[in-house]
Amino acid sequence: MLSEAGGQATLLGGTTDLFVHWPERMLDADGVFIDLSGVGALRAHRWEDEALVLGGLTTFWDIIQDERADREMPVLVQAARTVGAVQIQTRGTWAGNIANASPAADGVAALMVRDAVVELTSCDGIETIRLDEFYLGYKQMRLRRDQIITSIRVPRQSCSVERFIKVGTRQAQAISKIGVAIAQSQAGWRIVANSVAPAVCRCRTVERALDDRVPLPHVDALVELLGSDVSPIDDIRSTAAYRRGVLARVLYHELAPLCEWVGPQRGAS
Amino acid sequence: MRSSRRREGISKLTGQERYVDDLTVEGCWWGMTARSPVARGRIREIRFGRGVDWSEFVVVDHRDIPGANQVRLIELDQPVLASDRVRHVHEPVVLVAHRSRQMCRRAIREIEIVVDPEPAVLDYRIKPTPEQIQYGPDNVFKHLRIEKGDVDRALASAAHVIEGVYETGAQEHVYLEPQGMIAGEEDGVLVVRGSMQCPYYVLNALMHALGRDESHVRVVQTPTGGGFGGKEDFPSNLAVHAALLALKSGRPIKMIYDRSEDMGSTTKRHPSLVRHRSGVDSQGRLVAQDIEMTIDGGAYVTLSPVVLSRGIIHAAGPYACENVRIVGRAVLSNSVPFGAFRGFGAPQSQFANERHMDRIARTIGMDPAELRRRNLIRDGQTTSTGQVISDGTDRVEVLERALCRSGYAQKKEECVSFNAAHPYLRRGVGLAAFYHGSGFTGSGEVYLSSCVDVAGLEDGRIEIRTANTEIGQGTLTIFATIAAERLGLDESQIVIAEPDTARVPNSGPTVASRTAMVVGRLIERACDDLRRTLGLSEADTGQRLRDAIMKWWAEHPDTEPVGHARYESPPGVLWDDQTYRGDAYAAFAWATHVAEVEVDLRTFATRVVGFWAVQEVGRVINQTLARGQIQGGVVQAIGWALMEDCVWDDGAMANAQLTNYIIPTACDVPSIDVEFLENPYPHGAMGAKGIGELPMDGPAPAIVNAVVDALGVEASAIPLTPERLMELVTHG
Repeated sequence: MLSEAGGQATLLGGTTDLFVHWPERMLDADGVFIDLSGVGALRAHRWEDEALVLGGLTTFWDIIQDERADREMPVLVQAARTVGAVQIQTRGTWAGNIANASPAADGVAALMVRDAVVELTSCDGIETIRLDEFYLGYKQMRLRRDQIITSIRVPRQSCSVERFIKVGTRQAQAISKIGVAIAQSQAGWRIVANSVAPAVCRCRTVERALDDRVPLPHVDALVELLGSDVSPIDDIRSTAAYRRGVLARVLYHELAPLCEWVGPQRGAS
Repeated sequence: MRSSRRREGISKLTGQERYVDDLTVEGCWWGMTARSPVARGRIREIRFGRGVDWSEFVVVDHRDIPGANQVRLIELDQPVLASDRVRHVHEPVVLVAHRSRQMCRRAIREIEIVVDPEPAVLDYRIKPTPEQIQYGPDNVFKHLRIEKGDVDRALASAAHVIEGVYETGAQEHVYLEPQGMIAGEEDGVLVVRGSMQCPYYVLNALMHALGRDESHVRVVQTPTGGGFGGKEDFPSNLAVHAALLALKSGRPIKMIYDRSEDMGSTTKRHPSLVRHRSGVDSQGRLVAQDIEMTIDGGAYVTLSPVVLSRGIIHAAGPYACENVRIVGRAVLSNSVPFGAFRGFGAPQSQFANERHMDRIARTIGMDPAELRRRNLIRDGQTTSTGQVISDGTDRVEVLERALCRSGYAQKKEECVSFNAAHPYLRRGVGLAAFYHGSGFTGSGEVYLSSCVDVAGLEDGRIEIRTANTEIGQGTLTIFATIAAERLGLDESQIVIAEPDTARVPNSGPTVASRTAMVVGRLIERACDDLRRTLGLSEADTGQRLRDAIMKWWAEHPDTEPVGHARYESPPGVLWDDQTYRGDAYAAFAWATHVAEVEVDLRTFATRVVGFWAVQEVGRVINQTLARGQIQGGVVQAIGWALMEDCVWDDGAMANAQLTNYIIPTACDVPSIDVEFLENPYPHGAMGAKGIGELPMDGPAPAIVNAVVDALGVEASAIPLTPERLMELVTHG
């Protein structure tokens, strides 16, 4: 059907992004909507030896309810719990969160921090791509109009640290002004931020500094490193200055208790 | 006092209540509005695109208005539909109707309103250039002035002179039910049903714009999902639009705004800028208050003059000061017009005053509570308008109760030690003392001359007929309580008539904290009059009253027994509208609120962690509803203080969606402790004074004062969003 629609169709997962703009967006698109909810095979998630595999329709709630996810990959559960309210969590899907390509996607940050890989399927076959290489720019991604996200593989590497911190416009039911996922594993540090760039992104300069144990005695040191990782903007939800400053502050206060090289150095005056 | 159950509570809880959008009307078409894309200009052309078949639509513009192209309110400057000029983005220009709502949406997209732009006023605080003048010589809708004593002399001899500038932002009402109306002709009478606070305002607007007399127009309020002032003035505009489409199409028309159209194109709270210059003596007593208040009226006059009036009358706060000068201005901007919103100017002016009191306390080194204790008005002293306060309320006791319940002094000490120990959280405590006048300002109630009828029905029950509306605040419930109490009947014997202008007299609008006190009192007097009509004495209640009604009907089968009451000013209440001297309100409610906040220096987010509200509102008629009013008002004020931020683009809201206009959730609100001190007011129903608006006045300054206490920065503008607070903390 996707191929037949000539690339003009919009796929519907949990429809939580679409219905916010209903019915106006329907007029904008004036096109074809394909409801995937009947494709039962896409719903289930499973645990394989090497990875947690999310289906194309696995919801946030499915993972919140999975005790194993809570034990092994708490960052996913933490992020899922910050999305909207329970009603949204039970409808919203991880794959939809990826494909909607919002820079503010909380689920994407949590998946990316765990080196998730996206599986794209079309009539021509299956393609896999790392989530941290998936986005090209604002709402731009390596997803052809005839492809659909059929699964997301999240490697089961154990992390000594993993968490998601959301700064929303209020305590609940809010879109992120800033989100940041932090993880450390054998692969090194991962810092993924949302709402501070055209797409959810890894902060590779900060990651390298943490891997190299570069002393970061003050928030300003992080502000500087982040300067080459993120490019926040002023919009109706917040300001670039706020996003830059608060991302650095949140990271600093999260990292300081974990890394002795972050924070005022012992013995320093 | 018992709390009667909310009369319409079950039907609302179970989804049985039929709001205007739930009503199905046979043959009904949908109506929709095409609006100005620019803030100010001359309409050059209106283009109708080819994307729809226009022969299927009914289209209305200004030429279809049978009466005056004016929305009848204080002035007549606002057109029903723009003809040659527009003054704000989203100004209505063309209306369309079709049987399909979706087709209406398509049609609106096909209409292009071409406007040659003219210089617009997009910041009311800046003096307009000659090219920007659109009203009078200076774009000022209203100048008002209050003078008492000799301010300049008092300032010259004061021990300290403290200045401050304070700003408040616009606020969207976010009633649950958006604006909606159904209009249609029934036997030559134009009937309009819809969501509204004031049926007679809508009736008057329809008569004026349609050129019809009262016998050919009828307005019925449908169950209304919230108003907060947003359904005081605006429903008149929508009612006339629906009526115009109905008359031209010859069909019933339903117009229901969706959330973004509602937020984008309807009224909001007036933004304000207030300057204070105060003199205090060496004991911390106020000797002079010099206040200038400017409010942004938006593109048309609407209710701005009276919002300004209430604003300046409350601007000096509940304090005794012998030398006061308050200058007020409501000015034009090319924004969507600002209108009525709970508090009506008083929250704005008292935000400034209560923030300023804290600034004074900080400057002279006195505890903020002590400064207020020394200055609160005592019986026998006068307000800024020279009104002698002598209601017997102990205003210092209101303050002391709030300090005691919140543990104010101990909390202050705990905050200091908490802040010294924590790496990034900071706590603070703040308070605000304030008041709110009940009913219309000055001679407004005399001018309204409201009427209420109470009838004895054939089955022996009592029917109350008023034009006052249930909008979620509990009108139906307290009216039943008031009549039942007066007549010694069970509340099940009381029927409240639907607000239908064909059946109920004009008892005035449901605004200004007047329903319980003013209209409730009229119900009591109409009950007494009914007894007189029936030949009974005041001692005759209950079964004797029922018997008398049945007997009446047996003897006069064609004439209903009705008791009438018309407003009479309480004795000794005098107001001079020319000099702004005298008794501004027949009664005031008094309050002190205390807020405790926690600021996160990582995110600069402020969380209200404790809230204590003590108020004297006369006698409380229904504890549950009254507590609900206070708590709801506090929540609405938390939003106004910390998060509700209208982002403007060309004078219209850029964030007209609930995803981006942020109001508090249950997680953003602490438990709110409420205490009432009750001093019965002899001229209010059962001793009640007004309550609805009071809780909007104090929380914002109390919260910001608490933030200032926590951080030591002088925050003076709201909403105090994390972005603004970061700016203040990092750049001063």
